[in-house]
Amino acid sequence: MKIIVDQDKCVASGQCVTAADTVFDQRDEDGIVVLLTDNPSPELAADVHQAAAVCPALAIVVED
Amino acid sequence: MTTTDHAPAYPMTRAQGCPFDPPPQLKELQDEAPLVKVEVFGRPAWLVTRYADQRRLLADQRLSSDVYRPGFPGTTKEPLSPDENAGIGFIVLDDPEHARLRRMVTAPFMIKRVAAMRPRIQQIVDGLIDDLLAGPKPVDLVEAFALPIPSLVICELLGVPYEDHEFFQRNSSILLRTSAPIEERIKARGNIGGYLNELMGDKLETPGDDLLSGLAERVKAGELSRRDAAGIGVLLLIAGHETTANMIALGTLALLEHPDQLAKLQQSDDPAVVAGAVEELLRYLNITHNGRRRVVLEDIDFDGETLRAGDGVIFPNDIANRDPAVFENPDELDLDRDARRHVAFGFGVHQCLGQPLARLELQVVYGTLYRRIPTLRRAAELTDIPFKHDGGVYGVYALPVTW
Repeated sequence: MKIIVDQDKCVASGQCVTAADTVFDQRDEDGIVVLLTDNPSPELAADVHQAAAVCPALAIVVED
Repeated sequence: MTTTDHAPAYPMTRAQGCPFDPPPQLKELQDEAPLVKVEVFGRPAWLVTRYADQRRLLADQRLSSDVYRPGFPGTTKEPLSPDENAGIGFIVLDDPEHARLRRMVTAPFMIKRVAAMRPRIQQIVDGLIDDLLAGPKPVDLVEAFALPIPSLVICELLGVPYEDHEFFQRNSSILLRTSAPIEERIKARGNIGGYLNELMGDKLETPGDDLLSGLAERVKAGELSRRDAAGIGVLLLIAGHETTANMIALGTLALLEHPDQLAKLQQSDDPAVVAGAVEELLRYLNITHNGRRRVVLEDIDFDGETLRAGDGVIFPNDIANRDPAVFENPDELDLDRDARRHVAFGFGVHQCLGQPLARLELQVVYGTLYRRIPTLRRAAELTDIPFKHDGGVYGVYALPVTW
């Protein structure tokens, strides 16, 4: 699994952090997405896909 | 786009006796076709009826949120003229200006900052329940509980004095009431705009540790006009208390009408159960019942139809959240379902900024109220409850309860 985030697209809704808080975080100054790991362990796959699915800005791409 | 004689008017009315369901005509249109023509104040607009199409197009930058752009299918016949004291707020601006302004206020709403507010929100909720239990009954849950919670929380976050709550609650209620005369709504908006502009003056002089003071810093740095800062304040103050208050009161009423579901909240203190319940109630009630609205910037192909530049497009997210292609038995309230894909907060770059705060407030309320007052019940017939059919945001004007 490989995750790509687009900080320019991100609107800081926080949905990804709610879905998978060990993979996604938010920048202190403006809440924009920060990737904690771009290749998380396989058991987090469902949470990561959930994060990508609910991102309103389509800023998260997951490659399996 | 041409208008036929048969295009139905939008918004539509709910069925009598079904206060929690979207208008039946909307559901029929969803069954019939993914894209239908409707009329808004006699002018044609497209209605996108299904979940997947709504998400796809709400994320499409070829659609504009600019209410002043010709063709925009507004919630008023003509858009309200700009207010002298307060800018219009970024929800009706497009990127890049929308993103620039939104990012000035995203930090206080990030998950970890909001999570740190949980103890304070719990304290507010517990205190108000103490007052309810010590006070007379029946009592109006809206006035005594649903409105004070988000009002107190957003006041503390923004740096608005809570003693002014009657003023801003009254004016925002008029502003959001679509049946109120337009002059009254403009006056109400002017009152709140003037108030926030004045408050911004205070923050420029004596800044505190709050969101409006953060905006005052931007004004000092020349990144933002005082008028636009006041406009963002208006947006956050109204959106921050009205929506959550309606979810608290309407959510409680929906649970009282579904005792089997209410029991799930009363019998569990598992935060995951409560969080899931919040998502399902957001999906099921979808209080932003007038649809997300946009105008087309450049032609878009939609299954062989063309949405032409200048066409108005409406996304009724209430029926997207009842789309049977996405949610099984969509008209059932089922707190056990995974409802996290709902679009109650909208979709695309304009999706609700305050959603982490709204979720937390609702989690604390739904996780506390029915456990502390397990015998809570309606003190009026369902048919006598005044629903906000004319509200910019759906809910109830009052909810008499006893226990």
